[in-house]
Amino acid sequence: MELRSQVPEGPLEKKWDQHLFDMKLVNPANKRKYNVIVVGSGLAGASAAATMSELGYNVKCFCYQDSPRRAHSIAAQGGINAAKNYQNDGDSVYRLFYDTVKGGDFRSREANVYRLAQISVNIIDQCVAQGVPFAREYGGLLANRSFGGAQVSRTFYARGQTGQQLLLGAYQALEKEIAVGSVRMYPRTEMLDLVVVDGRARGIVVRDLRTGAISSHLADAVVLATGGYGNVFYLSTNARGCNTTAIWRAHKRGAAFANPCFTQIHPTCIPVSGDYQSKLTLMSESLRNDGRVWVPRKAGDNRPPNQIPKEDRDYYLERKYPSFGNLSPRDISSRAAKQVCDEGRGVGPGGRGVYLDFHDAIQRLGEDKIRERYGNLFEMYERITDENPYKVPMRIYPASHYTMGGLWVDYNLMSTIPGCFVLGEANYSDHGANRLGASALMQGLADGYFVIPSTISNYLASNKLDAVTDDADAVRSTVQDVEERTRRLLSINGTRTPASLHRELGHIMWEYCGMGRTAEGLQTALTLIPKLREEFWQNLRVPGSGEQLNQTLEHAGRLADFLELGELMCVDALHREESCGGHFREEYQTPDGEALRNDDDFAYVAAWEYVGENVPPVLHKEPLTFESVQLSQRSYK
Amino acid sequence: MNLTLHVWRQAGPTAEGKLVKYEAHDVEPEMSFLEMLDVVNERLIESGDEPIVFDHDCREGICGACGVMINGVAHGPEIGTATCQLHMRSFRDGDVVYVEPWRSRGFPVVRDLMVDRSALDRIIASGGYVSVRTGGTPDGNDIPVPKVDADMSMDAAACIGCGACVAACPNGSASLFTAAKISHLGLLPQGQAERDGRALSMVARMDEEQFGHCTFFGECQEACPKEISIDTIVRMNRDFLRASLKRGSHAGDAGAD
Ligand SMILES: Cc1cc2nc3c(=O)[nH]c(=O)nc-3n(C[C@H](O)[C@H](O)[C@H](O)COP(=O)(O)OP(=O)(O)OC[C@H]3O[C@@H](n4cnc5c(N)ncnc54)[C@H](O)[C@@H]3O)c2cc1C
Ligand code: FES
Repeated sequence: MELRSQVPEGPLEKKWDQHLFDMKLVNPANKRKYNVIVVGSGLAGASAAATMSELGYNVKCFCYQDSPRRAHSIAAQGGINAAKNYQNDGDSVYRLFYDTVKGGDFRSREANVYRLAQISVNIIDQCVAQGVPFAREYGGLLANRSFGGAQVSRTFYARGQTGQQLLLGAYQALEKEIAVGSVRMYPRTEMLDLVVVDGRARGIVVRDLRTGAISSHLADAVVLATGGYGNVFYLSTNARGCNTTAIWRAHKRGAAFANPCFTQIHPTCIPVSGDYQSKLTLMSESLRNDGRVWVPRKAGDNRPPNQIPKEDRDYYLERKYPSFGNLSPRDISSRAAKQVCDEGRGVGPGGRGVYLDFHDAIQRLGEDKIRERYGNLFEMYERITDENPYKVPMRIYPASHYTMGGLWVDYNLMSTIPGCFVLGEANYSDHGANRLGASALMQGLADGYFVIPSTISNYLASNKLDAVTDDADAVRSTVQDVEERTRRLLSINGTRTPASLHRELGHIMWEYCGMGRTAEGLQTALTLIPKLREEFWQNLRVPGSGEQLNQTLEHAGRLADFLELGELMCVDALHREESCGGHFREEYQTPDGEALRNDDDFAYVAAWEYVGENVPPVLHKEPLTFESVQLSQRSYK
Repeated sequence: MNLTLHVWRQAGPTAEGKLVKYEAHDVEPEMSFLEMLDVVNERLIESGDEPIVFDHDCREGICGACGVMINGVAHGPEIGTATCQLHMRSFRDGDVVYVEPWRSRGFPVVRDLMVDRSALDRIIASGGYVSVRTGGTPDGNDIPVPKVDADMSMDAAACIGCGACVAACPNGSASLFTAAKISHLGLLPQGQAERDGRALSMVARMDEEQFGHCTFFGECQEACPKEISIDTIVRMNRDFLRASLKRGSHAGDAGAD
């Protein structure tokens, strides 16, 4: 396997424009002859499917929910970045690029990030034109707020429902194309394998979740936009159905998996309340614009928050990172929260929580202003905890939220399998070892609206693709594999539910591959995970049959893949003997406890190749060279 | 606390369904309603039975996947709350709870508590968008939008497409859903070019999809987890009427009464 980044020559600012010019086009009349499969209808998938359809391609789009509008992008709250510099506060394409590369702790590809920053401005225009009701100033112009890791105000938002509004924009564009018949939508349909013919991605095998029917769909190219794998931790801010299945199966068919251990633990989520807990709810980072994070100065101070005077509080983010304060990046804020809790200064049940306090902001701006900015988040908080955050500080704790790792892609967003493209959270491309807030929505839409429509044309125009039919050997054997696996899952007849096994995997991952990692812990995980996998294949129970709607079967299939991915994450985390971004190896830290990178040995993307069951994966390295930004230790002080 | 549940079980779209009684033990007030069902389901699986099927995904009240009738009320007793966000502190020890799927001609049952809401997608496909292609759009700040309009538009755009409005309506009308989209787009300058056509075609589609007519019971806004107001329906009717008059056609026959 060879990793060819395909980054165009030339100066950073010119690369994308030059590439757009150099890429081959498919003439309008010929586009109709091409079939493209898009798996996923989130921001990345819906925008890609709609745009490619507008261009003239025949598109089939798949999602596991009952409607494309329910993809988990819908849940994004805080906002989307763009280098518009509407605030005249010194923003620019270069600054957004720089912030993103630095925020990612110098583990992303410069050229991709620069393109992202360039395209960011078009995204806002596109969404406004679609009727996305972004927040406005009284003068009628677009409003902005700030997000972590930036000192400018460049985040566009629609109350606390930005993801919802952006996704509805993309979904409506998609429905418009469905109406004219050039996108065919397959909801409640799960991709269970990738069809590779003569080394090229030529289709997928899916299960109709209503009837259980397993079938193949063939095309000239396959686009995977299936989101992140944060549910490997069982509890996360992801939707219950979020999974790694699509990209994991593609990985097993030859797509390299890049930086699987780069996962993001978000600092502000509502803490766990009990064993039955099925998910964790995010409290948007935007709250840190006005909320102040603190814990009692002394361990064991059990007074209610309102009775703890200022001098007995430790506003630890403001203390440790005076220039970014409460808006320090996520990896840093999460670790700081863990640290104060480990010191016994955490608040709430079990001592796993810190305060996010709006008292000062309410004094300064009034309750109405705060309600206007965050009303729906406050309501959500109160509904879950039964506490009124206008009166008592919120309690928050870090939770698994986002996965920077994903399938390796080149500059054209193509994986190591020709014809298999990967967009959005499912790829590894732009966020390095830590993603900045409000950048995932930007990336998903950049990939879908603006990058893939051009790069896929280039691929189709440059390659001669033979016709493939359902009875081709590769297609039939892939269908058989899926059928066989489904049968196996149903036939174990043990005693354990998928949820109980998943919870156990989550504990292992959180404990050993979560916010703090050590060689010893990771080695422990690497003995525990295979054992759990064995337990899964011997003792799983899935009632019902495969020829009907069977949610237990769906969960079991997804868990089977998480049980393999979890192991690869630990392998990756163990091999990366440095700390960077969300990957914090406790052995590698500066004297004041910050992540200590090792650029000499680890300034590369770790792309893992699957070579067979029970055989160690093979590591391939894409060296990262920085021409435009200077590698430095990240400082938010 | 312990509860007695009566849950609608139906093996498939054409199978006959019935209410089945389950005991839910050790329910904690901090659990969400769906987490309570999860616990019941875990026990069912362990004892080799098939778990209760229900739609859910985000579990934070935004994707619109969840939704059941709880003691005859769409999404249960709390105002402005989707089923996944309803917490068991709203119930008391010993309560008897009836759990049923959305009931409407427009929403056939798929299995147990899961229904087919694809009609809502088809209503959007009939005109719930602004016909712009990707690229070539004007700068985001070229057209100022008065803040009040943007805010009102956002109020309507908050719809999560769960279908509770339909389930709550004695007529099984999808008017609140349809009106929310017509209002969202109709309140923005970007939505003006297609405003007339949108109202006509979306209303026509709603009728074709077997949804009933709106007679202003107002049950929909009570059930809506996003508390979308029936003012949107007034706006839809006005747009529809205006468009019908302008076109001078018989489009009005589709009826938006
Ligand atoms: C609670 C929350 C808040 C967030 N807030 C922000 C924010 O404010 N700003 C920001 O920039 N980012 C935010 N993020 C991150 C951001 O929302 C996501 O990274 C982004 O939306 C992912 O988009 P996507 O299109 O890649 O994937 P998704 O939106 O997750 O879509 C995945 C799609 O793939 C489909 N799919 C998955 N697996 C299969 C399969 N096997 N077969 C068929 N279909 C499949 C699903 O049905 C779905 O349609 C937030 C994330 C969360 C969880
Ligand atoms: S599960 Fe998403 S709204 Fe309830």
